[in-house]
Amino acid sequence: MSPNLVLVGTIGILFATGVYLLLSRSISRALLGVVLVGNGANLMFLVAAGPAGRAPIVGLAREEDMTDPLPQAMVLTAIVITLGMTAFILAMAHRSWQLSRSDTVEDDVEDVRILKKAEADDLTDSDFIEHVLGDDIPEQLPSEGTSSEASQAPGSQPAREAGR
Amino acid sequence: MNILSWQTLVPLPVVLPLVGAGITVAVARRRTLQRVVTAGVLIAMVAIAAALLVGADRFGPLVVEAGGWPAPMGIVLVVDRLAGLMLLVSAIVTLGVLLYSIGQGRASGDTDESDGEAPLPIFHPTMLVLAAGVSITFISGDLFNLYVGFEVLLAASFVLLTLGGTAPRIRSGITYVVVSLLSSVIFLVAIALVYTATCTVNLAQLAGRLDALPEGTRLVLQLMLLIGFAVKAAIFPMSGWLPDSYPTAPAPVTAVFAGLLTKVGVYAIIRTQTLLFPDGRLESLLLWAALLTMIIGILGAVAQDDIKRMLSFTLVSHIGFMIFGIALGSRAGMSAAIVYVAHHITIQTTLFLVAGLIERRSGSTSLTDLGGLLRTAPALAVLFFVPAMNLAGIPPFSGFLGKVGLLEAGADAGTWLAYVLIGGSVVTSLLTLYAMSRVWGRAFWQPAPKASELTFAGDTGEEVEPGTLPAGMVGPTTLLVLVGLAITIVAGPLFGLTNRAATDLLERTPYIQAVFPGGVP
Repeated sequence: MSPNLVLVGTIGILFATGVYLLLSRSISRALLGVVLVGNGANLMFLVAAGPAGRAPIVGLAREEDMTDPLPQAMVLTAIVITLGMTAFILAMAHRSWQLSRSDTVEDDVEDVRILKKAEADDLTDSDFIEHVLGDDIPEQLPSEGTSSEASQAPGSQPAREAGR
Repeated sequence: MNILSWQTLVPLPVVLPLVGAGITVAVARRRTLQRVVTAGVLIAMVAIAAALLVGADRFGPLVVEAGGWPAPMGIVLVVDRLAGLMLLVSAIVTLGVLLYSIGQGRASGDTDESDGEAPLPIFHPTMLVLAAGVSITFISGDLFNLYVGFEVLLAASFVLLTLGGTAPRIRSGITYVVVSLLSSVIFLVAIALVYTATCTVNLAQLAGRLDALPEGTRLVLQLMLLIGFAVKAAIFPMSGWLPDSYPTAPAPVTAVFAGLLTKVGVYAIIRTQTLLFPDGRLESLLLWAALLTMIIGILGAVAQDDIKRMLSFTLVSHIGFMIFGIALGSRAGMSAAIVYVAHHITIQTTLFLVAGLIERRSGSTSLTDLGGLLRTAPALAVLFFVPAMNLAGIPPFSGFLGKVGLLEAGADAGTWLAYVLIGGSVVTSLLTLYAMSRVWGRAFWQPAPKASELTFAGDTGEEVEPGTLPAGMVGPTTLLVLVGLAITIVAGPLFGLTNRAATDLLERTPYIQAVFPGGVP
């Protein structure tokens, strides 16, 4: 079987652009990346099906002229699944926009915690220090609410409250 | 009772929860009916899974051709000993978590739904879809159907993880969704490559056809499948997404995710590595991955201040133990790995439920805020202590038995790398014990912080009063703690079963013959 070079080239471009978009911090770009990579994978099934032939209906064509129907069945399933997942990411991107007026994937809690400790030049990490020294040790672990604010642009807080 | 009547049970673990999901959506406004239906379906699933395990152990793999299409054309559903055991353990755990969430919902008076802590009407159908997805992956005898099963459970997990749509859940949900979809695409590409190379996606047929391929092609296919599954199983270096995304979800959701989702990935690795790629070319790579997963995971756990985050890191770390057993490639290693999967599903779920109880009791899971729980809530202390020691591998708990099995299998293998892994396992166990004793010391033994520090901001920014522990939540948690203890009691028969399962997996012929009784076409 000789694969279709145009298809293979298209798959390569779709994967390359999709991976590039996935690497960005913007949620909508990541969504586009998922869609492109998913479509690249779907095209791979067309390559797997081999050269196009007659419709695979018994009686309409000779068996050796028929296209392999199985990859098409699989690709249809994959397309439907990708569609559903895309809808879900869109909903999440919209919700994220409602909540924080930003389209970026935020830092995780641990990153924020380490960053805060580094900024405060804080090398202590003892379990018991707060109880030994009393109350003057700054709060080390941000709660879930504050962590998302730390990585947002100033002024995003009122919008976030309004989104609730 | 002949084999045919056992076979009719095979599709039920998929059909029942899906039908139940439909019913619970239809009766979404009637809470009691919804709860009765969901609990009924899950109890039935436990019974069916137990029957399937008995049937598979007595007659060998039970095979059903979906829709009556014969094997290479249609999709086959196969329950062998491994799949039966996984079905049983996952059904028990899901039932326990569901009862817990019902208790939680009743205790909250079904009122504070805005934060997603009390189950929303969508919770029950989604849990059932998740259970169906997990069952599909366990009983699928077809690579593409395995992919569909993964997508079903992923779609359900997306909904559960972002339940209520609060800011922290959306933040962690986005990472989780994008990583999961990426791993699915890798898996899909692997399926396309497998189909191009062999013209089939039936696992039993693939087993023969992949053997005939050139070594280089086979290695590419093996690596692609392995990477796809490794992301789902959270094996280092593909584990970064897990500790960040799990802790923000409601306690029952985190518990069921921790128990099931990563183990589905581990199951897929066991299935494909044994059935499709038996020559073990990647064994040393997997051993290194196992070592790094264990050590780096547990070092992350030691540094955590929040119980839920700490448990997420121990989850990652202990995946390494299972990969260790799989990578050894011997019967003893595989058998111990399966025991460890069963043990770990139960224990990790229990610990997350206990973390939920701690959060309910004192409004927080941060060790900075907690203290004095041994005095104020002694029952909770017992509920935490038993599974924590179980996870750390203190005899006579099941964690100890599973680890001993793995260490013995490692010593049997006798290579220097296996001994390095044995050392790594012991260190990881000790550090797990340290992480657990740290929680014990700070949350239970150490006196509570001053009264002014006892008020804290929850998700909603409101002050939360220390709550009581409703029996509806403590009961299911106790049940799962007891299931964890019961694994110790049935350890002898369990090891016998997993030894037979491992023998079947490594021989491959029982599976292939069950799917193609008249020889592989």
